[in-house]
Amino acid sequence: MNLIEIKNLKRTFGEEIKTYALKNATFTVKQGEFIAIMGSSGSGKSTLMHILGLLDRATKGDFLFEERDVSKLDDDELATLRNEEIGFVFQSFNLLPRTTVLDNVTLPLIYSQKRVSTLSRAKEVLESVGLSHRLNHYTNQISGGEKQRVAVARALVNRPSIIFADEPTGNLDSKSGAQIMKILQKLNDEGKTVILVTHETYTAECAKRILTMKDGEIVSDEITKNQRRVHTEDLIK
Amino acid sequence: MIKTLKQSVKIATSSLLSNKIQSLLTMLGIIIGVASVIVIMSIGSGAQSLILSEIQNLGTNLIAIIPGHGDEEDAFSMLSGFAVTTLTYDDALALRENKNIPNIMAVAAYSKGFGTAEWKSKTYSTSLTGTTASHLEVMGGDVKEGRFFNSEEEKRFSRIAVLGSDVKDELLGQSDAIGQKIKINDYIFDVIGVMEERGVVVMEDYDDQIFIPIKTVQRMMGVDYVGFIRSKVYSEENISQTEENIKIILREEHSIKDQSGKNDDFMVKNTAQALDMITEITNSLRYFLAIMAGLSLIVGGIGIMNIMFISVTERTREVGLRKALGAKNSNVLGQFLVEAIFITLIGGISGIILGVIISSFIAIGAHLLGYEWNLIISLGSVILALVVSAGVGLFFGFYPAYKASKLDPITALRYE
Repeated sequence: MNLIEIKNLKRTFGEEIKTYALKNATFTVKQGEFIAIMGSSGSGKSTLMHILGLLDRATKGDFLFEERDVSKLDDDELATLRNEEIGFVFQSFNLLPRTTVLDNVTLPLIYSQKRVSTLSRAKEVLESVGLSHRLNHYTNQISGGEKQRVAVARALVNRPSIIFADEPTGNLDSKSGAQIMKILQKLNDEGKTVILVTHETYTAECAKRILTMKDGEIVSDEITKNQRRVHTEDLIK
Repeated sequence: MIKTLKQSVKIATSSLLSNKIQSLLTMLGIIIGVASVIVIMSIGSGAQSLILSEIQNLGTNLIAIIPGHGDEEDAFSMLSGFAVTTLTYDDALALRENKNIPNIMAVAAYSKGFGTAEWKSKTYSTSLTGTTASHLEVMGGDVKEGRFFNSEEEKRFSRIAVLGSDVKDELLGQSDAIGQKIKINDYIFDVIGVMEERGVVVMEDYDDQIFIPIKTVQRMMGVDYVGFIRSKVYSEENISQTEENIKIILREEHSIKDQSGKNDDFMVKNTAQALDMITEITNSLRYFLAIMAGLSLIVGGIGIMNIMFISVTERTREVGLRKALGAKNSNVLGQFLVEAIFITLIGGISGIILGVIISSFIAIGAHLLGYEWNLIISLGSVILALVVSAGVGLFFGFYPAYKASKLDPITALRYE
């Protein structure tokens, strides 16, 4: 099944002087893929990710998400899809301040219509990223790497079909960055679809497929010949 | 829904606690507003119950007959300083002696004025109450020394006086009162009695007046009418029938043929009506003052609106994040509304507590001053204060919350 199918997708900004942030993007994402969207700053990779992540709408073109025409969905339907089918990991973590790790992870479940046992599910995902010992710590009491792992746990808590990671290693030291990449690879190994946005070739090579963007266009779409497997100490127990 | 509500309250609490002084200042408007409403309502109720209980102590079996028809002409003559002169001593006699009204126990007529009393080198200005011997029967009160005048003396222009306890103390000091000769407005009077201390009853100080036979006062002031007549009835149940009988007799006395009452030159009121009237006046005064105090809640509400705008701006990224994680516009709107209502409710509850404390101090103070003051905090005013403060939060929190809910997730996430 095609998870995402886009055809001639355009995104312009401004009314009179139009800036093309995205020009005629066409590609498909299948279940279980691990794609890196690469490009320098201003290449349109973030714009593309925002549209794919249903945070923004395309100006023109076709976009099917799980075979549903996104242009026909209203804001509330998009919110529900984001909640149930998509997990986000941001460069700057975006955790709630003055809130515990556990409460941050349960946040998406508050808006969910699925009936799940909030607490046990949150503990389960936190365990899978190796943070069982930090449940009741406040977000200002943990390190950057741990923060990003909390963010990954939050992205996973509602069992989404796809994870979007926007420069997830950008604010981390190399060791913590490696840990995050290892978690993403492990999730992909387990069958989760992952789309990674990065400007680093090194990070992009951890994915199975690399889309390269320049000036709002996809200039190449290649399968990674030698996917870089991340090896760190076995942090996930 | 409940999950969201619980979370919103949790977020509101933590953001309130992290800016303690700011939160307190914001809530101060609400606290002061609610506290003043509670205090005013409480003082109003306390004063009202004080007046009402005084009237009730006098008895609800009193009927007052006042001169005039209560129309504009009377109001005009009263404003211009002319007395309405349509009631006479004979009217009181007619009521007293008429055997057709078995329910009437006693009738007293009154003619009031001011006078200066002199004894030796001392002078004292006070009210002169010209009345009939039946005064004690109608209005109550006890004689401490000597006696009150009798109905024979009442008719004979006797120059005798019964002193209120304050008048006795001020004028005669510790000297024996009975048998003393005092001057009132240059006429010499014999003191025949001193009244027991009684205090203020329905805004009239019974200790600060001199009681004199009504005919004597009329002659001193050169008038032939009386100020008002009071009558006490045996049975309260038949009070309206008695009122009708009084009207019939007075119309006869005044040669008024029209029994519809539109030509009457007198008015008949009973205590129950007076109670209703006073309740009505004090109630409207109380609500008016409470509304005035309530206006400060609007000022408080503007403060809430201000802090909510600041809060929305400070937490733009949070709004973006919540939307990215699946919060609908309505979820964001709800969250900020709950926060605003939470702040005003906390302010409201603190205001109620403060108001109750202030009202209690007032009640204690009034007791120390010797008033039978009841501390009355009505459940209604507490509920009203809570509902109004929550309403203020809802009203003034809505626009900031609406703005937050309309934030674009991408713009909000990128907000620095």
